[in-house]
Amino acid sequence: MSAKRPLEVVGQPRRRVDSRAKVTGQTRFADDLSLPRMLHCKLLRSPHPHAIIEAIDVSRAAAYPGVHLVLTGKDFPVPFGIMPVSQDEYPLAPERVRYVGDSVAAVIARDEKTAEEALELISVTYRALPTISSPEEGLANPQPRIHDYGEQGNIHRNQSYEFGDVEAALATSDHVFEDVFFYEGDTHMALEQQASLASIDGDGKLTLASSAQNPHYLHRQLSAVLQLPASQIRVVAVQNGGGFGGKCDPAGHEMVVSKAALLLGRPVKICLTRQEVFYQHRGRHPVLMKFRTGVTKEGKLTAMHLQTLLDGGAYGSHGPASTFYTGVLTPVTYELPRFKFDACRVFTNKPACGPKRGHGTPQPRFGQEVQLDKIAEKLGLDPAEMRLNMVTKANSLTSNWLGIGSNGLAECIRQVVERSGWKDKHGKLPEGRGIGIAASTYMCGAGVSIYWNKMPHSGVQLLLDRSGQVTVFCGATEVGQGSDDVLASIVAEVLGIGTTQIRCVTGDTGITPIDLGSYSSRVTIMMGNAAMQAAGRVRDLITAAVIEPLETTPEQVVMSQGRVFAADDPNKGMSFVEAVVLAETKFGTLGTVGNYSPPKPPGKFKGSGVGPSPAYSFSACVVETEVDVATGMINIEKVWIAHDIGQSINPVHVRGQVIGGVYMGLGEALMEEQVFRRLPPKLSNALVHKIPSLLEYKTLTSADMPEVEVILIEEPDPNCPYGAKEAGQGPLLPVMPAVANAIWDAVGVRIDEVPITPDKVLRALKLKRAGKNPRVGPEYFPEVPYPEPVFVLPPNESGDGKESKKPERVAANRQTEVTS
Amino acid sequence: MSVGTVKEVQRRVHMTLQVNGEEIDVSFAPYKTLLEVLREDLGLTGTKHGCELGECGACAVLIDGEPLLSCLTLAVECAGRAIETIEGLAQGTQLHPLQEAFADLGGSQCGYCTPGAVMTAKALLDKEPSPTPQRIKEAMSGNICRCTGYQQIVESVERAAGCCRNAEREAT
Amino acid sequence: MMRLPWFKYCAPKSVAEAAHILAAEGRDAMLIAGGTDLLPNMKRRQQTPATLVSLREVPGLKDVVNGRGLTLGAGLTLNQVVNLPAVKDAYLALHQAAGQVASPHLRNMGTLGGNLCLDTRCLYYNQNEDWRRAIDFCMKCEGETCWVATSSKRCMAVSSTDTAPALIALGANVRLVSAAGEREIAVNDLYQNDGAEYLTRQPDEILTAVSLPDLAGWKSTYWKLRRRGSFDFPILGVAAAVRTAPDGTVLDARIVLGAVSSRPILTEAGGLLQGGKLSDEAIAAAGKKATSAAKPLDNTDLDLYWRKDVVSAFVGYALREIRGDDMSATRLRIMRQL
Repeated sequence: MSAKRPLEVVGQPRRRVDSRAKVTGQTRFADDLSLPRMLHCKLLRSPHPHAIIEAIDVSRAAAYPGVHLVLTGKDFPVPFGIMPVSQDEYPLAPERVRYVGDSVAAVIARDEKTAEEALELISVTYRALPTISSPEEGLANPQPRIHDYGEQGNIHRNQSYEFGDVEAALATSDHVFEDVFFYEGDTHMALEQQASLASIDGDGKLTLASSAQNPHYLHRQLSAVLQLPASQIRVVAVQNGGGFGGKCDPAGHEMVVSKAALLLGRPVKICLTRQEVFYQHRGRHPVLMKFRTGVTKEGKLTAMHLQTLLDGGAYGSHGPASTFYTGVLTPVTYELPRFKFDACRVFTNKPACGPKRGHGTPQPRFGQEVQLDKIAEKLGLDPAEMRLNMVTKANSLTSNWLGIGSNGLAECIRQVVERSGWKDKHGKLPEGRGIGIAASTYMCGAGVSIYWNKMPHSGVQLLLDRSGQVTVFCGATEVGQGSDDVLASIVAEVLGIGTTQIRCVTGDTGITPIDLGSYSSRVTIMMGNAAMQAAGRVRDLITAAVIEPLETTPEQVVMSQGRVFAADDPNKGMSFVEAVVLAETKFGTLGTVGNYSPPKPPGKFKGSGVGPSPAYSFSACVVETEVDVATGMINIEKVWIAHDIGQSINPVHVRGQVIGGVYMGLGEALMEEQVFRRLPPKLSNALVHKIPSLLEYKTLTSADMPEVEVILIEEPDPNCPYGAKEAGQGPLLPVMPAVANAIWDAVGVRIDEVPITPDKVLRALKLKRAGKNPRVGPEYFPEVPYPEPVFVLPPNESGDGKESKKPERVAANRQTEVTS
Repeated sequence: MSVGTVKEVQRRVHMTLQVNGEEIDVSFAPYKTLLEVLREDLGLTGTKHGCELGECGACAVLIDGEPLLSCLTLAVECAGRAIETIEGLAQGTQLHPLQEAFADLGGSQCGYCTPGAVMTAKALLDKEPSPTPQRIKEAMSGNICRCTGYQQIVESVERAAGCCRNAEREAT
Repeated sequence: MMRLPWFKYCAPKSVAEAAHILAAEGRDAMLIAGGTDLLPNMKRRQQTPATLVSLREVPGLKDVVNGRGLTLGAGLTLNQVVNLPAVKDAYLALHQAAGQVASPHLRNMGTLGGNLCLDTRCLYYNQNEDWRRAIDFCMKCEGETCWVATSSKRCMAVSSTDTAPALIALGANVRLVSAAGEREIAVNDLYQNDGAEYLTRQPDEILTAVSLPDLAGWKSTYWKLRRRGSFDFPILGVAAAVRTAPDGTVLDARIVLGAVSSRPILTEAGGLLQGGKLSDEAIAAAGKKATSAAKPLDNTDLDLYWRKDVVSAFVGYALREIRGDDMSATRLRIMRQL
């Protein structure tokens, strides 16, 4: 309890707490660590996309001078995987390799070069198996199975949900539009290559310092794989040189160096090469999508049937969640009374896909937002107006039972329309110039943990002492997004001090309370709420200790700018340090904890745990582009993006996250692709990553990056700390469809897939000139054996959130319009 | 090391390098690039690596004032050349204006590309005190950044250029 | 971290000494100047010379002699070439080409001679050793098949130098020095259309200098197609040099394509322009002619058919710029070059 005052730290542009270390080169990333007697590890990787390991002979490698240890699959009998339902990976493949790059053996030697030389001396006998290079192939070829678990054949996950009778709604819609889209896979390409250093501490316990976004999940998996109690293991998530989802999965190399350190009693380090980072992957799933969408003649949605087909790669990874995410957030942006969603993830002989910035959502959002643009065109509506007329409302439930809290989407759309001069430009720019709009939403933290439990999602511990120093402990992980700064800011705001007075200790399972990690845009909200609670408890202790000397009441106590004083007599006060001394005198050693668990999801059906979030951020984006009609080359002129952040904790870095999201979105829209090459089957069994290098995996350079104008919409959300929502993932999502829609406005061609490359644009322009459908994109959606849907009545049809029997109805047929 | 005729492969060479104004004796395997020697033999881990093939710019350092890639520079060829790394940029505890600007304006997010980017920008400002934003984008186009979207890097370099010019003016 | 293989290193003090070492060591020795091409190849084990002969301490390789024409030492870095007023004033195509090689850092390191001798490139070849093992290697290195054209008898790796097309258009020569003597040949004769044996330079020859003729009355330009405004090798380069009479009649014209074959191609399109004006029709005809010479394959970035499709447009940009049209906005948009 204390008096209210204006915000002093939150919302102020500020140098973040870890900046100084970064600009001086003092920040220690995992590969910057070294310890006395440290050894180095290199992995032998499979040259085969799919094969049985018949024999491995490591004797020559083990005898090579400077080699200390060689490990193979037999040293790791226990499998792992990020999700309890997909424990399908081994640190080193025991009997089968599933993609080119799967690791089969490890050499630990005095230096990297010796280890690399010794790898050449390991001989492995493989028996090649037929390969699967795409989901369509996987559906057509149930044998050989890449894994002996999953739904059937090579289908990993297969599911269907229907919220209200979708066919009935489509049958009575004024129009039904059908479109097929494809979103190519791409990868995180964090600039830091993953590294890990395992060592045995003086007390005999194992410490693993690693480039890891989710040390808690890694801690659990390490314990299982090493068959060692978790209490004997400490995982330190070192500052990450970018994550973007690529360091969320526990990785085989982390297990390998841990095991080696345990066996050798010496520190063992590994740093992946860039090519190995492309193999570790866990990036964006390639997704083929089909939308059947009903609308009224006024342009309001009536129902949607969305089908997705995901290329999962060789392992489960986050796949079960990714599969859900290719649909569940679709109804959050616009009112969608009924929604059916079928999704299927297929195993293929390629590096595993997983969570990348926006996890599963960019793909359907691209399809949905491009289809809306086509619908507006067909109905003669302004695409911005049409969207504005059907945005979801604050404090509402979607047809699939997601609870929306604050909602700034309408204001986001209005702002980008206004700032970009949309009304003077859309449909009015000269040939070759165009403008496009799109919108999106994202979660502020997954409502349910990756493994089932009823414990907090985030814990924060505060330690203060008579010196006035404040140390805050939290398991949250700094991956570059600024989580330490958010943590320090919130504590500083509550206690009325500056962020420089706070020391953050984070991402260390040995000394920090558990936080689930840096994924699903959960850190600001969950860690922030836990920090507010912990700091609030300290504030209350200090308040109780100062009311007597200040001769005031708790309600009057103000903590501001390093002082503690009474609101009714500001001259009567003391420094923060003096106040802490009083508190320590009165209460003894000072420490508090805080924790946070998200609210219970409104849905009660099986599968309702994916999609709910304490809050949703919203974004709208306008892109202006130039397209050269002779070559199809695209030049993005400018991007306007409005993001509903709720409340900026540090506007400098919110803006940075937003621009960074736009940058990555432009990359995905225009050039980024994780693609593979199969050699002519009669000559070769090869199926390789086409371009595993920073030179050929194309990302924008500073020379290619257009100007971005950022508008932050601040409508504080009551579930969030100071109302602050996420910024790390949401702003990427509307960029790709806005680019596609701008290209349509510029030259009248539809590219229904990403990346949108100039050859595709030119091909569509040629079709247009020939009087054909000016579209490039996937031609059809294959037959997928989706299961019978789980049927749930939507909230506005008196549903109770549980699965129910689908109501009987008379079959009705309706002509579908193909918009493309 | 400087030999006119071919010798057998040496396992180790001894050299004096001039790093951040200091002469440092170092012994290393001759296959090593400057990047490896800085990080592994001199403990200067501020210089980063993202590809080791000249495709990202994370390892940029200044050699005789020019921004070069340490991952493609043989350490045996560095004797007698002035090497500057991020560790040598601040004057004592006083940050260089580029460091101040990158820290204040969000030019650094995860921080991994920051040392290479800051050193590249330093070389630019040393030669061109008033670069246009377009010129900054061009000069920084060899430094991949995966976080910022570059805009805040360009803004940071512009701000630092202004600070450097002011400091210059005050000094004269 | 990717590591270089072990090698012997030597730093001769003269061209003669370097030539002597090359003669003695044979094909096991390779020259290193900037290292920006060779060292990545060595890290990926595409090239594994036992001996590196460094040109760093050889005097004279950075000399610039401005007489009748211009002679440039092969050891000049690409940025040093870009910054020479004599180059910008009289040999704009070279200035533009050198200024678009790779990235700013790499232009501070890579040399003019190195860019001319740049190893041919291919997405089946410019990969790590274990990647190449996964495809059982290729004809250019350790394997038998050219995977981009499996029935091909020769390697189809792509000439990816930016400066060679420009220098061919400019009519330049190179000087090659070996222990046995020295010779000067046209840049155009430095190359042959074989991705594996792409240079006519002998392994024991050192490319020491590039000499440009006096080109009073000529105008030249270089247009580069690549995905991004930095780093990327060309996937099409168009160099053009044209000499016109005061009334605009074309007296001489050379149009050279880069990155669409295993060697730069001096096209016949230049001949079409002779005797006429640089009209839109003549430019279109030259574009069409040049297109027929381009043979892109699926071994570099972007779609190969598209790369052929846009040759005409790029030839058009080049010739219109030479005609005097203001192409600066197009240049900035396409190449991010001022």
